[in-house]
Amino acid sequence: MSTLILLSLAVMALALCLAFVRLFRGPSLPDRVVALELFSSILVGIIGVVAIATDVPSLLDVAIVMALMAFMAAIGFARFLERGGPRDD
Amino acid sequence: MIEFLKGTLILSGAIFMFLAALGLVRLPDLLTRMHATTKAATLGATLIMLAVAVHFAEVAVVARALGVIFFILMTAPVAAHVIGRAGYFVGVRLWSGTVKDELKPHYNPLTHELKSGLETEPHDRGEPGGRTPS
Repeated sequence: MSTLILLSLAVMALALCLAFVRLFRGPSLPDRVVALELFSSILVGIIGVVAIATDVPSLLDVAIVMALMAFMAAIGFARFLERGGPRDD
Repeated sequence: MIEFLKGTLILSGAIFMFLAALGLVRLPDLLTRMHATTKAATLGATLIMLAVAVHFAEVAVVARALGVIFFILMTAPVAAHVIGRAGYFVGVRLWSGTVKDELKPHYNPLTHELKSGLETEPHDRGEPGGRTPS
């Protein structure tokens, strides 16, 4: 079981690296926002796996807050884009 | 049996998240990237939260895990819609192999106006319900 958890954590860390590649390269600001949203989804998964590995169910609250913050960030960035704030991308 | 189910859920969730990240890097434009990340990452997080629920098997934890799943399933489409809308209005370039852009003939990017294509009279700004006699 512990090897499986390590393996899945490694796979998700690799996914985080790939999302960071897009966050770094992304030609426009919406691409970067999509990458940030994927970040938070992967982080929810990582927190879930860590909660299983350490037997601490309180970590789920962190996952809830993570998902909530990601949704707020996406809505905020979209408002910013549509209202046309100053951009440097 | 429980261990096997848990392992399958965790591993498949991790693989779906990896596929989402791979799609985010490899696909050509904003909308196809969102197509990859929204669905695959939602499925991955859902599977891992199901694994959490199976692992702890207490009422409080299962309720919270299902709450996370419900929240993600509710918010991911909304966030994707909002980002896609903003990206289209900002003028993100579509992929060169795009076959159909159904919004293009109806949307005027200068006045930020969207027609439904079903208008009978142009510029009908009369009060609602009161049709002016002619």
